[in-house]
Parts: sequence; structure tokens; C-alpha cells
Amino acid sequence: MKKDYTIERHTIAVLVDNEAGVLARVIGLFSGRGYNIESLTVAEVDQAEHTSRITVVTAGTPMVIEQIKAQLDRLVPVHRVMDLTVEANSVEREMALVKVAGTGERRVEALRLADAFRARVIDTTHTSFIFEVTGAPSKIDAFIGLMRPLGLVDVSRTGVVAIARGPEAM
Amino acid sequence: MAQELTGAEIVIKALVDQGVDTIFGYPGGAVLPIYDALFQQNKIRHILVRHEQGAVHAAEGYARSTGKPGVVLVTSGPGATNAVTGLTDALMDSIPIVCLTGQVATHLIGSDAFQECDTVGITRHCTKHNWLVKSPQELTRVMHEAFYVATHGRPGPVVIDIPKDVQFQKAEYAGPQNVVHRTYRPKVKGDIEAIKKAVDLIANAKKPVFYTGGGIINSGTVASQLLREFVRLTGYPITSTLMGLGAYPASDKQWLGMLGMHGTFEANNAMHDCDVLINIGARFDDRVTGRLDAFAPHSKKIHVDIDASSINKNVHVDIGIIGDCAHVLEDMLRIWKSKARRPDKDALASWWKQIDEWRARKSLSFKTNDDVIKPQQAIQRLYELSKHRETYITTEVGQHQMWAAQHFPFEQPNRWMTSGGLGTMGYGFPAAIGVQIAHPQALVIDIAGEASIQMCIQELSTAVQFMLPVKIFIINNEYMGMVRQWQELLHEGRYSHSYSDSLPDFVKLAEAYGATGIRATKPDELDGAIKQMIEAPGPVILDCVVDKFENCYPMIPSGAAHNEMILGDDPEAASVSEEGKMLV
Repeated sequence: MKKDYTIERHTIAVLVDNEAGVLARVIGLFSGRGYNIESLTVAEVDQAEHTSRITVVTAGTPMVIEQIKAQLDRLVPVHRVMDLTVEANSVEREMALVKVAGTGERRVEALRLADAFRARVIDTTHTSFIFEVTGAPSKIDAFIGLMRPLGLVDVSRTGVVAIARGPEAM
Repeated sequence: MAQELTGAEIVIKALVDQGVDTIFGYPGGAVLPIYDALFQQNKIRHILVRHEQGAVHAAEGYARSTGKPGVVLVTSGPGATNAVTGLTDALMDSIPIVCLTGQVATHLIGSDAFQECDTVGITRHCTKHNWLVKSPQELTRVMHEAFYVATHGRPGPVVIDIPKDVQFQKAEYAGPQNVVHRTYRPKVKGDIEAIKKAVDLIANAKKPVFYTGGGIINSGTVASQLLREFVRLTGYPITSTLMGLGAYPASDKQWLGMLGMHGTFEANNAMHDCDVLINIGARFDDRVTGRLDAFAPHSKKIHVDIDASSINKNVHVDIGIIGDCAHVLEDMLRIWKSKARRPDKDALASWWKQIDEWRARKSLSFKTNDDVIKPQQAIQRLYELSKHRETYITTEVGQHQMWAAQHFPFEQPNRWMTSGGLGTMGYGFPAAIGVQIAHPQALVIDIAGEASIQMCIQELSTAVQFMLPVKIFIINNEYMGMVRQWQELLHEGRYSHSYSDSLPDFVKLAEAYGATGIRATKPDELDGAIKQMIEAPGPVILDCVVDKFENCYPMIPSGAAHNEMILGDDPEAASVSEEGKMLV
């Protein structure tokens, strides 16, 4: 059997028991086995059930991606692992806070572009804006790229969150 | 309302309720309350080791020879860090271990207190799971959960870190019957459609081979019985990994011997040329596969493993079956019988003819003489003089380990304890202590090297204290033999630091501990020395002085394929590719 060496990007959702050290287990698995993490988000999603959802974007050959899922699945506090890239048609979103400093024409241009991206202004001074922009990671990349010549000073991104389309739960 | 117990009492009660009769440990400040609770009961026997690494290896030996989990009790800080090698060893070889570690009081955690370390942080990577118990109310649940996790699915070590204040505080205790794990429920039954496909593939094979591993042993003696039945029904050849020895009887005519880096010529060539490879409970370890792109290149592969992450990890397989070996073998047998399957007799006959030609190469042969004991000869004589007894063998790591695997045949599972995955020098002797505790009447022998034995030699004191008649059979060639063999192969014989200089006099060393010491230096002394060792009532070191320069063959050099073996009678043929030199 010939091995497939093409690198694929996958978004994987992991539902875990929200116990101490669970995030360290997941991250330790990636670093210990030499897998990539492109982005990672985590937060409690059900307070009563004490469950958290981790969304991890990773890249690797098909065999490595299968390994990552199997390795995640055998961690004791993991309820379920779902590969949103193959198992379901899914939506992905990321949010960024983008600080742009400047005056005059550059400031006006930044505001005009923000409007085109449906970014909201959530803080302003006479010399700066903070924009809140939401969308697919590529949209956020594009927005940040446009802000760079207009006085970009700071970026904070959440990383990708994703969910499967349709009525079913994970 | 249930009676309230202290955390320390909960620990002991939970151990008793889990059927634990023996624990291996070493006391210290952070576990004093548990040691106090131990003192006030008589259901659990505590074996005091001399180093925490020894405690874990002893628990591994106990576990591997009984099929029950091994239990360890150590203190915080250095107690926990000394246990790390043993835990990693158990993780690599899938041995169920429950290790209790003391921790500084909860209010001191994070303050760099005396003998504090981040035990759950350190052991997260070398356990299957671990817990820091922050309140006595959690203790009951965690104790029972720990046994469940250690023994279900692919077995492995777990750590429960218990702060000292939690050991003093009181809480209610509940028995193990009500524990249902929230998340961890491993699958034991294999997918029946996949099993049917596998049986079809097996039945239509022309050049099949069974390749089995430690998963059969872990699955229990039933798995070994089912394997024997299935293999005999098919008439197919069978080989096994180091960890799987004993699952199939070595005296059987279908047995090819061990495969892999130091496996037999017939086993490795059968693997290379086979058309259907039936892997049951093995994990395609690099010691087994050799060069991956030349591994069993013309075969369809079936892989049965309880751990889904083992399937398609190193080798891509055609049919992967996630399940426990015994369950899957039972289904395979049932389907084989119900469909009245018959192997292709003509194809099988010519396959066996080919295998017999490989066998005729006698790849394990060696030449003896009257002047010096050959290491292989020492192990063969050890087998001949102990085979009529209930014998358990453990080993350290190195040439002697491979010679033991090659020249000491096993007829039953759970009789062979060795550090396969991690390759831990110092494993064998404490493991033998654990085996002897579990089987007081049995003959337990640690086949050792003169270098490895020094890594946990302190446990001689344990063996003497508990009157354990463990036998240490040192294959003494005055070298870290496997290191030297690789230096010959890869570094033009520059023996950098592989000579065992300043060795102790092992006879006097044994005597200093209160054990018996014997030495054999000539072939005609060998049998007498072995008999004396076996018949001596207490622990014995037999220092068996062997040929210093004998190397372990056959061998697949690193980076080579199964059909590129170096044989003992033609070691000049050895060559290692530049890529191979990078591998360990």
C-alpha cells in the first residue's frame, strides 16, 4: 500500500470532562508526539455536565491525522472526538480584536475598510481604534493584511471554533 | 449513613476491596498516614523495596505473572520521581499498575515545599491516566476508578497523588460496585463484518503467517488457548514478538521462534514473503518491522488490537479490528468453524517446504568448546536443568535478554517477564522479586548481564529480608554487550565506555547481602553450578563467566529488511546504510 504524503489541514472538535489538567493532556499529546497545532480554543460548554469543548486545527498526512484522532480518543477524560473536516459539513469562525493607530486619511481609510468587513469599533481614542472582526480565518487574515499599512499595532485572535451543520449534536 | 474513615483508611479499604493482597513501597514523610493505616491491619502485605524504581518493577513482575494489577506506594518528591522509569516501562509494555504517591499538604502545593514535585505533571506523560486528589470526598471514587482504568482496555500504569492532609481528613467510603466511568469505556468486541472479512482472507491465504504479541498475554490465558486452537485448526506458521513469548508453545511444530531484529531466519523470512499477515495483539514495533517500506511487502495485513491508535500507526493495514484478542479470536474461530473453512492444502504444503528450508539454516546455532562457556550454551543448560519445574524467567536488557528469548523456550503464557518497549536495564531483578511474591513455590530466575544487574542490585536486601529464593543468573562477559556489538557494527570497534570496568566480586557481593554466591568459569562447571543455584534455599547470584566477544545473531541491522539478516556464521556480511546508522 502506497503511503499518502500530502499534508491536510483538519479541524477537530474534542468534548472532554472539564477536570484539572485535561488541557495539558491534550497539548502534551501534540507536543510529545510531534504533531502540529495551528490553533486551539477551549472553554466549558456545559456547566452542569462539567464538559468542555476543545477545537484544534492541525495539519498532517492522512495517516498522521488518523493517529491524532485515535490518540485523542484514548485519553481517559475524552467523551468524543469529531473530525469536522471529514465527518460533517461544518462552519468555522474566528474572532479577532485588531488595534489600529493613526490620524487623518489613514484613520478614515481604516474605518471604511472595517465597515466593508463588518468589523465593529469597540474602543476608540483620537488616535486609535479597536476593531472586533469575526469570520473564517482567511477573512481575518485579509483584514489584518489590509490594516498593516494603515497603522496596525496589535492583534489578539481567539483561534478557530467550529460546529457541524444540521440538527444533530456532536 | 456510611461510616466516616480517614483518607489513609479509605486507601487501605479500597485496596482490600479491589482484591489487593500485596503492595510494593517505600515510606516517607508525605505517606506516613497511609503507612500508619497499613501498620494497623493485616490484609495487605507490604514489601519494602530499597529504591522506588524497584517497587514499580516488582509490581510489574507481580502483574505480568498473575494477570492482576500491581500496586505501588511511594512518597512525594524523590519517591515519585524515582518511580518514573518504572511507570514509563509499564506504559510501554501495557502493564496494569496502580501507583499511590504521597504529596505535600494541599495548602503547600506550589510553594516549593520540602519533597514537593509536580507529580501529576511529571507522570502525565508516563501514565495512562493520573489524578491529584484534592479532597477526601473524591478519594473513594478515584481509587476505584484508578483500578478500572489501569485494567480495562489496553492496560497501563496510573498514578494517584494524595496530599498529606487528605490522608488525615475524614470522608465517607463506598465500595467499588457503583463505579461507572463517565468517559472511559473501551471496546472489547471487534466489528463482526471486519472479522468475517478477515476470516475470508485467512482462509484463502497461500503463504500466511500469524504474528502475535503481548496483547494475547494481557488478554488472559483464555486468549492463549483460543490462539492455540485457531492456529492448529489452520495449520499455519506462527511467530511472536518478544512480549508475546509463551502464548503459543515453543515446542509446537508450527512455531517459528521469535521474529524481529534478533528473531529467527525462518520467522523473519516468512514475514517478508507472506501473502497474508495476521497480527493479533502486536503493535508493529520498529524492533519487529525493520525497514518499513520493505516490511512484508507482498502481503495483505490484518491487525487485531484493543488500542485503536495502534492500528495504522506504523504500518498501514488492510483490515483493522479494534477489540480484545480473546473476544476477537473467539469470533474468528466461530466463523471459521461455521463456514467449515479449509486452508489451501497444496499451497500450504509448499509454503511449509519453503519454511523448512529456512529452518535448515539453523540460525540460532553456535559453536561450543571446552575452554570457555558460550552465553547461549549457559541459557540452554539453564533451560534443560529447570524445565521440569514451575519456572518463571525475567531478564534485564541487552545481549543476555535476546539470548534468553532465543534459547529459553516457553510453553505457557505469563512465565516470561522482560522490558520490551522501554528496554530498562535494572528491570529484571526487582521484577523477579514481584514474581516470587506472587508464586512463592515457583523457581524464579532473573537472567541478567553483569552491567544491568548493577542498576537495581540494592534489591538483594529486599530478597534476603523477605526470604525470597530468587536466582540471579549473570551472563558475565565484562561488557555492555549490546552496546559493544553496535560499536563493532557502526563505529569500527571503538568501544567507547562499554567495558564493565571495576566489577564487584559477585560471589562476595551476594555473601555481603546474606545471599549465596556461586561462580562458573568453565563449561564443565556449568551444570553443577546451575544445579547448586536451583537447589539453594534462598536468593542466589550465579556469576557465569562467558565468552567476552560472542555477539548476538541472527540480526537485522537497523534500517534493513527482514530478508537482509546477518547470520552468526557469516558476520562479515554485515553492513549498515547511512540511514540505518541514524536509527537506534
